[in-house]
Amino acid sequence: MSATMAAGRRSLAARALGHPSFLLGAAISLVVAAMALLSFVWTPHDPTVLDIARKLQPPSATHWLGTDQYGRDVLSMIMHGAVTSMAVSFVAVGIGLGLGVPLGLLAAARRGLVGEAVMRANDFVFAFPALIIAIMLRDIFGPGAINAMVAIGIFNVPVFARLAYGAALPLWTREFVMAARVAGKGGGLITLEHILPNMLSLVIVQATIQLSLGVLAEAALSYVGLGVQPPAPSWGRMLNEAQTLMALAPRLALVPGLAIVVTVMGLNLLGDGLRDLLDPRLARER
Amino acid sequence: MYRRLMQHLVRGTAAAAVSAGILLGTPALAARTDVILGIRLEPPHLDPTAGAAAAIAEIVYNNVFQGLTRIDRDGTVKPSLAERWEVSEDGKVYTFHLRQGVKFHDGTTFDAEDVKFSLDRARAADSVNPQKGLFEPIDTVEVVDPQTVRITLKRPSGSLPFSLGWAAAVIVAPESAADNKTTPVGTGPFKLAEWVKGDHVTLTRSDGYWGEPVALEKATFKIIGDPTASFAALMAGDVDAFPIFPAPENVPQFEADPRFTVVVGDTEGKTVLAMNNGKKPFDDIRVRRAVSHAVDRKALVEGAMYGYGKPIGSHFAPQDKGYVDLTGKYPFDPEKAKALLKEAGAENLSVRLVLPPPDYARRGGEVLAAQLRNVGISVEIVPMEWAQWLSEVFRNKNFDMTVVSHVEPLDLDIYARDDYYFGYKDPEYRALYERFVASTDESERLALLGQLQEKLADDAVNAWLFLLPKIGIWDARLEGLWENTPVPANDLTEAKWRE
Repeated sequence: MSATMAAGRRSLAARALGHPSFLLGAAISLVVAAMALLSFVWTPHDPTVLDIARKLQPPSATHWLGTDQYGRDVLSMIMHGAVTSMAVSFVAVGIGLGLGVPLGLLAAARRGLVGEAVMRANDFVFAFPALIIAIMLRDIFGPGAINAMVAIGIFNVPVFARLAYGAALPLWTREFVMAARVAGKGGGLITLEHILPNMLSLVIVQATIQLSLGVLAEAALSYVGLGVQPPAPSWGRMLNEAQTLMALAPRLALVPGLAIVVTVMGLNLLGDGLRDLLDPRLARER
Repeated sequence: MYRRLMQHLVRGTAAAAVSAGILLGTPALAARTDVILGIRLEPPHLDPTAGAAAAIAEIVYNNVFQGLTRIDRDGTVKPSLAERWEVSEDGKVYTFHLRQGVKFHDGTTFDAEDVKFSLDRARAADSVNPQKGLFEPIDTVEVVDPQTVRITLKRPSGSLPFSLGWAAAVIVAPESAADNKTTPVGTGPFKLAEWVKGDHVTLTRSDGYWGEPVALEKATFKIIGDPTASFAALMAGDVDAFPIFPAPENVPQFEADPRFTVVVGDTEGKTVLAMNNGKKPFDDIRVRRAVSHAVDRKALVEGAMYGYGKPIGSHFAPQDKGYVDLTGKYPFDPEKAKALLKEAGAENLSVRLVLPPPDYARRGGEVLAAQLRNVGISVEIVPMEWAQWLSEVFRNKNFDMTVVSHVEPLDLDIYARDDYYFGYKDPEYRALYERFVASTDESERLALLGQLQEKLADDAVNAWLFLLPKIGIWDARLEGLWENTPVPANDLTEAKWRE
């Protein structure tokens, strides 16, 4: 067992370097992440400062992507928008992972009434899309970034719970788990020592996919005004505000639109690549 | 690309229409008798005597419901259900002579009893009328004969005929008044045909209308809340007119298109950055003055309204008689604002700015927040739907600042009300306002109006921003729509298609 895993590890880096879509996805994701991090220390201009006298300017040496309807620097807004986008989807995936995976593992370990109850409760939550949850939260707490994080996070919980449950169930019938049971280990310990490590790659791949969905969901929520509030820049709100300006300055819609498309595509490629690299079954089929 | 596509579509439609005309042999010359108007907000109901929403009056005023007088497109008072009226020497007794042969849509006859019923209902203790203040000066309403009504006032008031022209003062019938919210029954040239919630309200011509016959047979008010959709609906011809078009940035495109008429007129909409005078920090006049100095109206109008909208310096519309230009009272001066805040011990202020849904508020609020941040006030923007705004801000006064447009004409009375949402309580202003209401001398009234405006500006009750523009865009063949909005209305009595 350990010998084959070591062999797999050795070739993982080599396989990753030879996997074009993984490389492309990782590169795009890194660029977006770097852009977001950079914006903490430097942006060309302050994205919250309005300069109405310089509104709707085309791209120039001072404003690389031009200015918006209030004279804000579009590039700076995109950079800060990446932070919003990333922060919301990372926290949302964190919520999904933190709650969903343990729930799924619990349901698989216990099965029976507990398992049923957990999984049916998940089905119930799954019936509410993030947008509906966000509207409900808005009515209680008002709109904001936290609202968006929680709404998308709640949506992520059943996704991870189902994944963990589905992956853990067949593992429970495997020989090494049975051996552990015969050795007298309890359900919790077996889950930690044998079940979780054997499904980690699946969870990582899913987390990457959920990250890209989170970026999309954040943009959608901001677009309808349920996400971060001004002056914090957000790609979704930039798109919304650009709508009536399509004829005057189509760039204002194209730039955040492209930012969303590229980021989502990057994360998806990364996720697909990771699945190819990490999933032993797929690897064997190749 | 878009324009080419549009031209292509238009040409295609025209060709189809021509061939259909040839095939069917229909005379294509007769002018259209229907019109579709786009409106931004759906009214909560259709009874102007029971709700303040401008969306109600924008459908029913002078179309479905009429008052003793009416306010015309230029803001002047004209006779309506009252043919003429006289006022006594002391200015306290008004005698209204009613029009003969007027019927409500349900066939009942209009007479002096209906007038007494409507006015008594509006000023009753349990009245839900949104403008009860209008009727406050009235002492008694008497029926002299079926065609004559005598109104006696508690004190002389020169503004009664104007007040009676408001949408809240329309005449309703005792038989139908209770159901007017859903089935409005008035005396106007149009009656309600259908109301599909969330989509449209349709009015049709009422037979047996007493006045000048109207040209239109059918008028549909289509509710389009989204600015982008408004633009598309006009361009595609789904609506014939948008009397108040919500996206000023698109105006140049319509101006360049010969299919449309663009009229930029005035409303009575005094857009204000309202401050809660009743609680900290805005109970301090220095903080309010600091805010007034922090606001750059020119940049605001340019940024949020694309240059449409006249700056104002007090609660008064420039086109109204008695206007005093106070826009120079608090020049844009961030340093002075900071100094005033420091003097008031209000550095590092942190406030919530509540914004209702209209674009002037959402966009204006974003610009204002940045301007306030510029003098060190940190602003949290809180967007709200109308219902929530009405209960949180307007009724519960649970706010620091808000941006809203006051669309009623000559509404200086709101600053003399104790319970009004911005919480301004000043005995001096109130005394001044009492004097204005009691005065019947025109020159004295105008002088008092000036003093009232100056007093408000001096106290910096709110930061007055700009007059909401009325950007009307409609089919170039359509005539007779209002250019300005002296009162919230879409009076269609003179609307017609050019042949």
